[in-house]
Parts: sequence; C-alpha cells; structure tokens
Amino acid sequence: MSVKQLTAFIENRPGKLRDMVEAISKADVNIRAMSIADTKDFGILRIIVSDTEKAKAALAEICVTSVIEVIAVKMSDKAGSLADILDVLDKAKVNIEYMYAFTAPANNGAYVVIRVNDNKSAEKVLRENSIEMLSDSEIQNL
Amino acid sequence: MSNYYQPEIETASREKILEIQNEKIVKQVRHVYDNVKYYRDLMDSKGVKPEDIKSVDDIKKLPFLSKEDLRIAYPYGLLGTDLKNCVRIQSTSGTTGRRVVAFYTQKDIDIWEECCARAIVAAGGTNEDVCQVCYGYGLFTGGPGLNGGSHKVGCLTLPMSSGNTERQIQFMMDLGATILCCTPSYAAYIGESLAEAGYKPEDNKLKAGIFGAEPWTEEMRLSIEKSLGIKAYDIYGLTETSGPGVSFECEEQTGMHINEDHFYAEIIDPDTGEVLPEGEKGELVFTSLDKEAFPLLRYRTRDICVLTRKKCSCGRTHVKMSKPMGRSDDMMIIRGVNVFPSQIEAVLLKEGYPPNYQIIVDRVNNSDTLDINVELPPERFSDKVSDIQAKEKSLESALRTMLGIGPKVHLMPPHSVERSEGKAKRVIDHRKLHD
Repeated sequence: MSVKQLTAFIENRPGKLRDMVEAISKADVNIRAMSIADTKDFGILRIIVSDTEKAKAALAEICVTSVIEVIAVKMSDKAGSLADILDVLDKAKVNIEYMYAFTAPANNGAYVVIRVNDNKSAEKVLRENSIEMLSDSEIQNL
Repeated sequence: MSNYYQPEIETASREKILEIQNEKIVKQVRHVYDNVKYYRDLMDSKGVKPEDIKSVDDIKKLPFLSKEDLRIAYPYGLLGTDLKNCVRIQSTSGTTGRRVVAFYTQKDIDIWEECCARAIVAAGGTNEDVCQVCYGYGLFTGGPGLNGGSHKVGCLTLPMSSGNTERQIQFMMDLGATILCCTPSYAAYIGESLAEAGYKPEDNKLKAGIFGAEPWTEEMRLSIEKSLGIKAYDIYGLTETSGPGVSFECEEQTGMHINEDHFYAEIIDPDTGEVLPEGEKGELVFTSLDKEAFPLLRYRTRDICVLTRKKCSCGRTHVKMSKPMGRSDDMMIIRGVNVFPSQIEAVLLKEGYPPNYQIIVDRVNNSDTLDINVELPPERFSDKVSDIQAKEKSLESALRTMLGIGPKVHLMPPHSVERSEGKAKRVIDHRKLHD
C-alpha cells in the first residue's frame, strides 16, 4: 500500500516557495507533510496533500511537478520504533532514497514517509512484519 | 636598451618594409591562385586576377577568408602545397565543426619560430637565459611556437607544457628559470602558488614573462609583475596564421609589433568590409606574405583592435596593434580555449535539453570559470537530488568532450532562465576584459 507524493522543482530564489504554497492554499488543499531538499541551484519540494490532483493542477502554471508513490508508515510513539522499521527494510535489502516524518494530532499518530528504490519489495516485507501502512484515502481523512 | 633578434628587419625603414611586402605579396597571390583551388574560385568569382595585385595597396581587392571558409575547406581545401612538402600540423582547440587544422612546411616552421624568437629577445632573452615554456605542447600552437623560438635564441629551454604546478615551481626554482612563457592566467596562478609555498617575489630568478593566448588586462599585468617580480610581455597570434609570434610587445609595453615582413595587417569595418584608416578601431585582418603550406589571404580574425605606426622608443619600425578590445563574433576565450555559444547549444540539443540556457563567464582568482544554466525539461524531472546531480555531471562531461574545458552545469526549473525580447542574452561575461 502506497500513497501519492507530489514533487515540485523550485528555483532557489526568495519568494518561489511562497508562490507555490500560496497556489496550493488557494486551491483549498491541505498539506499533510512536507520536506525540501535543497542544493545551491535548486530545491525539490516533496509534499503529501489532502488532494494530490487538485494541488498538481494548482501548481501546473508555476512549476514542474511529478507524482510518485511513496510509503507512509505508522509508528508507535516509543523509542526504537523507527529503528525496527528500518531494520526490516535493511534485511530485505531495500534502499532508502530519503524519508521524512509527520504527526497527526487528531489520532496521536506519528508517521514516516519513506521513498525507496523498490516499492513492491518494501511493501511486502512491511506487511509480513505487520507494520501498518497508510493508503491515500487514509491520508485524506487524517 | 635595444634587444633585437633580427635587427636589420626589425628596425628597417618603412620604405624597406614596404618593398619587402610588395615583392612578397605578388609572389604569394600567384602561389595561392595556382595552388589553392578554394581561393582561386573566390578570386575568380570576384573577378580578381593575380596580375591585378601589384603591391600591398591592391590587397583590398582580394576576397576575405573567414573561419567559415576554413570549416568548409577542412581539412585540405586551403593547402598551398603538396602534403609531401608539409612536416607538421597544429590545430585549434575547437570542435570538429570549428576545428582549424593548419599545415606547415619546414620553412613555415622556421619563420614561425623566428617570430617567436623576436618576441623572446624583445623581452630581454639571450642564450644565457633559462626559458620555461608552460604553454600546452601538442596540437596547441603555444608550446611548440615558444619552444622553437627559445631554441632559436639559444636559451636553455624547459619544455614543461601546462599543468602540474608543483613540478613547474620545482623546476623553476631548482634550474633558475629566467623567462616564463604561459597564459597570463596560469602565470598569475604560479605567482599565487609560489607565495603559498612561502616564496617571495625576489626568491625566483625570473626576469620576464611572455604571456598570450587569452585576453588580459593592464591590472592583471601589474598583478603578475608584482607577484613574480618580473616584466610581463604580451604576445599575439592565431593558429590560422601560424601561432603565437604574429605580434609581440617590446619594452615600451604600448602595443604589439606585428612582424610585417611576414604578415600584412589591415583594419576593416566588420559590417561593410571597408578598410579603415590607421588609428581607427575595427576588425583585424591578416594576409600571410610568405607561408607555403597554409597561405591565408585576408583572413578575418574577428579581433577588434587599433593599428598604429607611431614611432616606438624601442627602435622597431613595425606597425603596432593594440590588445584586442573585443570580438566581432560571439567567440569567447576561456582559459585560452576558443568557445562558441553555438557549440554549447549543439551539445545541449544533442543531449535532449531545450535551447534555454545562459552562459556565465567569470574570472575567479585569475582563473576563468564557465557556468552554464540549463533548463531541465519537465519529463526529466526527478524527486531525487542525486538523479538531477547525475544529469548535471553527465552534461558536464559531454560539454567537456566538446569544448576541451570543463564547465559547471546548473540545471534549473523550466522558465527560470531569463528570456529577453528579441535576441537572447546568452552570454554574461563578468571578466570585464574590454573597455
């Protein structure tokens, strides 16, 4: 089970990120989680939103975007729970490209979004180890 | 002070120089017309016959040659003699499309090396000097030209070629080099490296430097002279006419004397092709008066400069050209290498990038930098930084292969490279080499 992540290429200049976030907000889309990778020349904005298609359409005029599938895993709020998840992936030789975390105060949930090189294998081992993954509809209802 | 390698010609009267030129041009035009079909066709279509050229005053009747002609005629189309009479080729750093391959007979090489010898002697060189040549050796004319000139003068020649600065410094200090030949930016770099290694300017035995192959400013001259404790002389030339030594500076340092017994210089209006009077700024055009293998007539250098025949305190009578003040085309000289924006564009298109790019040239710590901003096509976008950086590296490598120098590529989001109304401003040169 995977969720959609909207990715956008941003120029590393003042105001560019604000323009994007503003466009998403005008489309009445809520950002659930976000992460930005930055280099000297550009940034890559990665977001999980309440309505991916709507957000993508809102950004179309401003920047290049793409939608990819990532895995969102629910963690229990205690020491070592992330380490356990990574251990499972490591044993299955699944490589992690990047990850970021977010919380949902409504249900006291802590989540980690993981971008891996092989979604299928990752989902399989996570399922085998009874690690809870979010679906798109669950994200929308968080 | 007067140092001449060939005093009788270097200080000859204007009448004598003109006499030599008139005699040579008649022969040369006949030689070219009889042996170079490409140029014969140009003359025929202009209705000019060899017998119409009776003196250098008639040179203006001849058709021009441009880099484009050299490209069309590549490789043998402008050859003036049988290959069996040729002993060498040299070539520019450009790409296949722009590459200039020049041919030399032994006589051509001797004359070329004599021209370089004049430059070395003008800089104070004698057979007691140790001449360190760190221009590149090989196809590039810099190394072979100065190497040959240094031999002719009788200097102990250190054929270092370029690069490996640590070794350059070691040889310079251990063998007591007195004359340094390289690009001005490399000279500046050597100066910095010496200082970093703890040497003071007076610790080296250098007295003079002969620097060329790229544009440089008076400020750079002063800084090099200070850091190395030397007098820095400019030298000019291009592969099309032979290589360095077409002209060189004397101790007056107010322009470069053109070796007029071998090269006839004109200044033209780059738009109309009209010959301009002495002292006016325009495009420099050279006619080779005695080259056998690659005898270019009225070759348009695209360098913008000024000629002057004002009397020079050094005693030389040959016309002086100013440092080039710019180009009449869009060629850039970066780290001594000729780069055209069109070459960069060709690589981008071939690699699947849109022609939306900007070239930024700068000089940082006296070394040229080349940065290229390129828009990333949407379909190549990735959510992973490493993917995008890998694309940058791959494009850098393709550009390096094409240009001969390594640029830094910056992939940018679409529409982020500035669009301008009409003609795109493709090149931003921060070096401020020209006024």
